[in-house]
Amino acid sequence: MITESIGGWGVVIGILAGAVRGGTPFLLVSLGECLTEKSGKINLGLEGVLLIGAMSAYAVSYQTGSPWVGVAAAGIAGAILGAIHAFLVSRPKVNDIAAGIAMLIFGSGCAFFLGKPYIQPSAPQLPAIALGGWSSIPQVEAALKISPLFFFGVAAAFLLQAFFRSTRWGMQVRAVGDSPAAAQALGISVPRTRFAAIVTGSALGGMGGAHLSLFYPGAWTEAISSGQGLMAVALVIFARWNPVKCLWASLLFGGAQAVGPSLQAVGISTGYYLWNASPYILTLGVMILTCSPKRTLIGAPGALGSSS
Amino acid sequence: MLIPPPAERPLQPLPLELVKLTKRFGAFVANDQISLKVPPGTFHALLGENGAGKSTLVKCIMGYHQADEGDLVIDGHSREIRSPYDAYQFGIGMVYQHFTLVPAMTVAENLVLSRPNTPGIIRWKEEREHLREFMKTAPFQVDLDTPAGQLAAGQKQKVEILKQLYLNSRFLILDEPTSVLTPAEADEVLGLIRDKVKAGHLSVLLITHKFREVFAFCDEITVLRRGKFAGAGKVADLRADDMAAMMMGGQREARVVRKLPRERGPAALELKGLCANQDNGLPAVNQVNLTIHEGEVVGIAGVSGNGQRELVEVLAGQRPATGGTVQVHGQAYSATRAEAFQHKVFLLPEEPLRNACVPGMTVAENIAFRSFDRPPIGRAGCFVSRPAIRKFAQELITRFSVKTRSTETPIGDLSGGNVQRAVLARELGPGTAQVLITANPCFGLDFAAVESIHSQITEARNRGVAVLLVSEDLDELLALADRLLVISHGELVYETTPAQAEINTIGHHMAGH
Repeated sequence: MITESIGGWGVVIGILAGAVRGGTPFLLVSLGECLTEKSGKINLGLEGVLLIGAMSAYAVSYQTGSPWVGVAAAGIAGAILGAIHAFLVSRPKVNDIAAGIAMLIFGSGCAFFLGKPYIQPSAPQLPAIALGGWSSIPQVEAALKISPLFFFGVAAAFLLQAFFRSTRWGMQVRAVGDSPAAAQALGISVPRTRFAAIVTGSALGGMGGAHLSLFYPGAWTEAISSGQGLMAVALVIFARWNPVKCLWASLLFGGAQAVGPSLQAVGISTGYYLWNASPYILTLGVMILTCSPKRTLIGAPGALGSSS
Repeated sequence: MLIPPPAERPLQPLPLELVKLTKRFGAFVANDQISLKVPPGTFHALLGENGAGKSTLVKCIMGYHQADEGDLVIDGHSREIRSPYDAYQFGIGMVYQHFTLVPAMTVAENLVLSRPNTPGIIRWKEEREHLREFMKTAPFQVDLDTPAGQLAAGQKQKVEILKQLYLNSRFLILDEPTSVLTPAEADEVLGLIRDKVKAGHLSVLLITHKFREVFAFCDEITVLRRGKFAGAGKVADLRADDMAAMMMGGQREARVVRKLPRERGPAALELKGLCANQDNGLPAVNQVNLTIHEGEVVGIAGVSGNGQRELVEVLAGQRPATGGTVQVHGQAYSATRAEAFQHKVFLLPEEPLRNACVPGMTVAENIAFRSFDRPPIGRAGCFVSRPAIRKFAQELITRFSVKTRSTETPIGDLSGGNVQRAVLARELGPGTAQVLITANPCFGLDFAAVESIHSQITEARNRGVAVLLVSEDLDELLALADRLLVISHGELVYETTPAQAEINTIGHHMAGH
């Protein structure tokens, strides 16, 4: 087998390919969470958004025959769920963590209910962009078949960075997230800004779901997200609320996810389930390393998690 | 509207007049037929106790509230201002008591964001060019690339004022702008604004409690009392007593307790080489050595953000020390509940609603925080008697004249002065305190409340309590302290007594020179 002929490199290539392939949903969800948290609210419901996105993308792609319409549908479904969350947290005395958990359960419940008929049929998938034609090694060629949504995510990361730095709306989102009182004094509507940020962020999260069902793993099942929407919250903290750092962190998490399967592909199956747990262990590690009661995080939006 | 856009507007001061302005909130009349006239190019002071209606009045000018009756006359025309944006269009700007800078953004970003006509996509190169040009004409200089959150309070206040000048405001409302500044900084800032007024660029309406500022910088005053007009006049024709009488309504009882001369007692609170970090892990308190004796008030002066907050938090048990020791009565003290009870250490922190109360719990429960687990309130080690809490609280509420609807009102619903009184009642009411640690106990309170709190502190000192008083108000420190220390960059850099104190020398050390 060729796998054996390239030996250890197979694992490395597998992990790198996994970083891009598995990192794409992390990237889109974490950018969505980053935008949401920059406005001062947390959306734990993105796990539900991811599922509803995956389900809608698959269903619409199956019905219309166009995976691109599926991606659009995923974005819209995510935005609708985001709008509900945004409305809830704009009410006085609504805690965004509690509302987020409710939305998580509601979103995944909706996805499972509406997605039941689509578990069997196969929907048209997103076309891969093949950059590996130059190589004769099949693993390299396979690894370089990249999801179009990955490029979309990379562009979104840099655009979001520029958005926060050099646009009026971006600065308004930062102002609202860091100091709602100051934003109000500047005449910025805090509820409206948050609404826009949460809805847009959820649309991005929904598109992350489309990558799951229409590219990799490329089918609609109920276990498709395996907590990636929640891990994105940790990832945003790890990335210090910086969109471009979200990109690197997503690749890292995606790579961690691919460790187990890559090892198995070269015949090492010892501790397969343990290796599969590596993204979760990474999440815990990140939380422990970055959170200290003795200091605040640099880059954290000032109003994050407060009731104002 | 036929108003030229702000950037092209000539720099002329704006005449503004309020005619019989009335603002009601339900049955409560916050402003009752108030008239006020600020001629162009003058510096006008608005005086009054807390709750006199000053804030409501300026919020009507700024468009946050709509007046129910009366007129707002700008440049000879009756105008309606429906939002702060309208106010901006007329060239009216306000510097708030609390900062309105976004802490995570740089000064440049804050300034650009403050412009209502900021373009959708910001060309930073051009904006920076424009900002550099503006800074050449600005009365004070601030580094444009520093995040606002890292500026000292004085610097922030300067940025707030720069922001208004950047917006080409022609009528500036200043709401107690100097409460966070050193006396020298306050004089500098107000002096430079005064120059702008004199040069005919601005009119200013200044809300203040400090007569010194009125006499040094203002042309005319208007006084409010309980929502009504209580007097007005030219500063040149008035004395401080007249102004105080207008504010208090002539029923002012001067009942400040006098400091009794006393021998210095044994050491009560000793800090040796105390160090602590601020929230971001950088050192805030550096090698503080301090001994406070029984019956002595030691004052610590300093510009906010020089380690005072962290120092008090360490003593309150809210923050771990990174080095050094704290001793009370010669024994190590780490601010546990048992130790605080054993050594009778009591606390009157700043922002009491945040640091000393649970806002959602009732006044009675908050007052019982020190005693709920001990007889007569605590029973059998685990039960709490609610009637005993109410009885205990009722007595203290009466004795410390806390204004509350009932003992069962959530303490968060009380006004700032009454929250502070309730905390004071809890800490000093039982009369057992031996060490009192207090920080800015009178911040934002009116004359009557300040007097009563000062009296309580002095009375405690006369009883033999060792008092640590951390304050940003030099007048307060000079009035209460037996010894005065200056903190700068987390270190105690200067010691004096109020009798020998020279404001300039203290200010010099506060500024860190």
